[in-house]
Amino acid sequence: MKPRERVALSRPVADEVRKTTCYMCACRCGINVHIKDGKIRYIEGNRDHPVNKGVLCAKGSAGIMQHYAPARLRAPLKRVGPRGSGEFQEISWEEALSIATGWLGEVRNTDPKKLAFFTGRDQSQSLTGYWAQQYGTPNYAAHGGFCSVNMAAAGIMTIGGAFWEFGAPDWDRTKLFVMFGVAEDHDSNPIKMGIAKLKQRGARFVSVNPVRTGYSAVADNWIGIRPGTDGLMILSVVHELLKARKIDVDYLVRYSNATWLVIDAPGTADHGLFARDGEGKTLIHETVTEQVVPFGTRGARAALSGRVRLEDGRFAVPSFQLLAEKYLDERYAPENVAAETGISAETIRGLASEIARVAFDEAISIDQPWTDTNGERHQAYIGRPVSFHAMRGLSAHSNGFQTTRALHILQVLIGAVDCPGGFRFEPPYPKPVGAHPTPHGRAEHFGSNKPMSGPHLGFPRGPEDMLIDADGQPTRIDKAFSWDAPFAVHGAMHMVIANAHAGDPYPVDVLFLYMANMAWNSSMNTAGVIKMLEDKDEKTGEYRIPKIIYSDAYASEMVAYADLVLPDTTYLERYDCISLLDRPISEPDAVQDAIRWPVLQPDRDVRAFQSVLIDLGARLRLPGFADNHGKPLYKDYADYIVRHERRPGIGPLAGFRGSNGDRAGRGAANRDQLKRYIDNGSFFSTHIPMEAQFFKHANQAYQDFAVRMGFFDTPQPVIFQLYQESLQKFRLSAQGLREPHAPQTHRQRILEAFDPLPDWYRPLGEALIDRTEYPYHAITQRPAAMYHSWGSMNAWLRQIHTKNPLYVPGPLCDELSLDDGDWVWVISHHGRIKVEVARMEAVNSSTLWTWNAIGKRKGAWGLDKGAPEAKKGFLLNHLIHELLPPREDGMRWSNSDPITGQAAWYDLRVRIEKADPASNSEPQFPAVARPGPEPHPDELRYGQEWTS
Amino acid sequence: MTSLPSVSPPKKLGLVIDLDVCVGCHACVVNCKEWNTGGYGSALSDQAPYGADVSGAWLNRVHTFEVVPEGGEVVGEAGDARIVHFPKSCLHCDDAPCVTVCPTGASYKRAEDGIVLVDENMCIGCGLCAWACPYGAREMDLAAGVMKKCTLCVDRIYNETLEEVDRQPACVRTCPVNARHFGDFSDPHSAVSIMVAERGGIDLMPEQGTRPVNKYLPPRPRTALSATPPLPREDTTGATGFFAWLDDMLDRI
Repeated sequence: MKPRERVALSRPVADEVRKTTCYMCACRCGINVHIKDGKIRYIEGNRDHPVNKGVLCAKGSAGIMQHYAPARLRAPLKRVGPRGSGEFQEISWEEALSIATGWLGEVRNTDPKKLAFFTGRDQSQSLTGYWAQQYGTPNYAAHGGFCSVNMAAAGIMTIGGAFWEFGAPDWDRTKLFVMFGVAEDHDSNPIKMGIAKLKQRGARFVSVNPVRTGYSAVADNWIGIRPGTDGLMILSVVHELLKARKIDVDYLVRYSNATWLVIDAPGTADHGLFARDGEGKTLIHETVTEQVVPFGTRGARAALSGRVRLEDGRFAVPSFQLLAEKYLDERYAPENVAAETGISAETIRGLASEIARVAFDEAISIDQPWTDTNGERHQAYIGRPVSFHAMRGLSAHSNGFQTTRALHILQVLIGAVDCPGGFRFEPPYPKPVGAHPTPHGRAEHFGSNKPMSGPHLGFPRGPEDMLIDADGQPTRIDKAFSWDAPFAVHGAMHMVIANAHAGDPYPVDVLFLYMANMAWNSSMNTAGVIKMLEDKDEKTGEYRIPKIIYSDAYASEMVAYADLVLPDTTYLERYDCISLLDRPISEPDAVQDAIRWPVLQPDRDVRAFQSVLIDLGARLRLPGFADNHGKPLYKDYADYIVRHERRPGIGPLAGFRGSNGDRAGRGAANRDQLKRYIDNGSFFSTHIPMEAQFFKHANQAYQDFAVRMGFFDTPQPVIFQLYQESLQKFRLSAQGLREPHAPQTHRQRILEAFDPLPDWYRPLGEALIDRTEYPYHAITQRPAAMYHSWGSMNAWLRQIHTKNPLYVPGPLCDELSLDDGDWVWVISHHGRIKVEVARMEAVNSSTLWTWNAIGKRKGAWGLDKGAPEAKKGFLLNHLIHELLPPREDGMRWSNSDPITGQAAWYDLRVRIEKADPASNSEPQFPAVARPGPEPHPDELRYGQEWTS
Repeated sequence: MTSLPSVSPPKKLGLVIDLDVCVGCHACVVNCKEWNTGGYGSALSDQAPYGADVSGAWLNRVHTFEVVPEGGEVVGEAGDARIVHFPKSCLHCDDAPCVTVCPTGASYKRAEDGIVLVDENMCIGCGLCAWACPYGAREMDLAAGVMKKCTLCVDRIYNETLEEVDRQPACVRTCPVNARHFGDFSDPHSAVSIMVAERGGIDLMPEQGTRPVNKYLPPRPRTALSATPPLPREDTTGATGFFAWLDDMLDRI
């Protein structure tokens, strides 16, 4: 035999390692980018990084192919063919920026609301929002309205924080973890690492999801619930806990509004509102002295039940009595919800029993004295080690706000919010609604050539804070904060194109979008939206939405509909900040933020969108971006990150502030700040003192820490709002008892949905159609190896998900004689699609599903026209209309949650019919041209030059 | 034909894969690809990377199976179907048929640690080894015309330019659920040996007689929620009894 090869065992991996932050999804993990010969040799997780501690998912590991994808744009583009053709001319940045400045300057001068500026996959909302405010249009939001605003709104309005970015399960201590409908591409590494910890410790993991994929596959218990009924199951668990008296009374009295007195005066403007004293303080019934005293009175023994007479002669009851009476009702008994939810009474009982057992029989204690915000000293942190996590499965239904409220109420009832083993807040949360701004965008808030008087997005305290005119009509293009969606705290991006096209409430002149694929998977009614973007005014011959500016790094479907394209860099070529002012990456024990920096220089004529926005701001002479002489205040985004101050000493980054870089939170700008971040692995982390780590909502040491860090200027403790007074104000408006009165058209809907104690109602999209004609649900799931539509241009990731079948429950396959590879028509009230099927058993028996956003339009994303993504891939979006079917009076509601405007993607009901065999899914669209002659290899041998 | 080492290697390096926690996220699959495409041997090529018939050479893949239990087996709720994510790469068998079938001696099992490698200088791309492997763990690289397979990251695990903690296969280092473990199975006290003993680790398709080094840990037993003892039924048919109890609780605070 020949001598054996000599294997090179100790070759250096690369010339240099550059540490930055991943952007292959929204986890924001730390990555080590190994650079060899000026190219990426290898990307791995950064072991020191607090988010991912060294691990990295499939998407992150495929960063090489994202960076070098042929779908990347090369230079600014000016449309030369008709919209949708994909025909462009490459132009210089100077020309592109002067076109944009011309369009935007004209609108700002004449009628600034005619700019609609909406951002999609934006991780720089504190900049984009600030820019929009300085520009002065009321029409700004990011994508939260079609993502998970129900999660954020319900969480903040109930407990002062929400799942994912504002909190996390206490993975190291929880003994029972219950997860509802979580996308496997969001926060995925922390969740996966957490699940591993649970498994290691033998903790129980329960997954509630109609579809059993990734996480659910390894759950100890899978509850294959019928979509949109989670709220009913949660309230049934609440019923069981109340009935068995398994609630934490001490916790409720201390930390929630359970004791607050609610005025009982039907037919008056104050009915159902909290009783208050002359200073506006809420009142409780002190039972020893039998006095009504303000909440927080030292030594008071507050009643949780019992009707009491107020000084003014009116009667009131503690809110908890209303809660208990409501949920003790037998209509929430497991037997009575089993049919609607599809979950057996035994399983619901078992879940309730397990929650109670773990919360109360397996309570944990951490011996750490701490002082609450009432000045009372506690010797230990008592933990109820039951934790919950939820996301779009609850959120993307038109009853998602109340469902999420129900889940938070369940957490509070068992005393499991921010305790050891429970769900824990991540700084700068918790934050009460009172510490958030109210929304801005009414006529008095903006005007020609001036900034808005306040931020666009905030939390209304009641109908008086809505953004409506004197006639009750919306003042925003997306109708956020109007009677249609009063708590649309993230805006309603999915309504922008339809409303702008209809000129309802008014037309716009410029639509400016960033990283939002609105001509494809991010819009409902995709074919209709495409028509709206192509539609011209018959009189003028102009497009109805006259000017569209779009920024993206890749040739997505939306690029083809832009008039002006501003090509963005890849995530490895840019500065970014993951800011505490925006969507933070803190952990429950630590305050954290991070940066990206150009670990590679662009090889083409592209610019980071944030730097372009800052440049445009200066060209437009926006306050905050140019000085009085019109001189730019910032060179680029990196300069802005370091020197911008939102309040004195508070900037985009909390770390390495002060002239020596030794200050955290508050401190002077430090010109070496970015270098300090880079030297530290591109992140900053500072620990919360142990005596401040739990019960943050009521922990004096934490509140003092938060003030020191600059989250607030004064302590902002949170009282959990089981009973939600602001919703009741809307009901009073709907009853005509309180100003402003709700329009007649909206009254019934408000009365039905705005219950101050969450109730379950059937999702509107399901309730309004014939359930026998459309007997099935159709939903999407997110594959762990793909993030929205941003993966098909990636040569490695697309090999994992090249097309998406429709998964059909086995019994239904038998009924329709369907085998894998057969074709069906899927039909909704709005449209029909023809798709290929695959059989599946581990799915709710009334639910069809597919992977999200794998289907692509021919010619987009730098793929060949015959690519399976376009040929066989498909979107459910064609079946979902942005409006619900007409009611009896002809009105059509937005297909959204009536409280928050959250896009109700998962309310879809369909029927299926077996179809003839085919080779293409339907509908198909004409191919778009590929912008720019990017090389398009037939074969890749990445790294061949380095092989041994 | 090629011979296996005449004496059992002093070390038996391999992987333990924990099927109880694998969520099928493909992190190991892609991290393996990116490490190895610039590492040992020729690049892992991709054909029609942006085209209709995209394919490529991968050293590790995850297969997803649906299991419908037939009575008796309690997985989650009794009778429910379950999904098993099954990562699969070369198992570095003690009796590796891919080695003995190799006509050129390109396929070999290292005498020092048992890792099965392909010496690409000797490989003629005949594909016999892939036919011989009962696990389908080898893939032909269509650009180079040589057989590719898991090297157990031989260029990482001994790499003195890496920190010691990083001297493990890329798939193990990157796995977010800690489902993959690397170690020496010839040492009964190694972490992997103990894990296999405690969790009842199994050989894949033992009837093939390949004696694989890699082991799989089966899913842990799961208990149905409906098996939880019921909550105590208090004597409270209506709300009145409940509020009396509440009042009593308030006195105890």
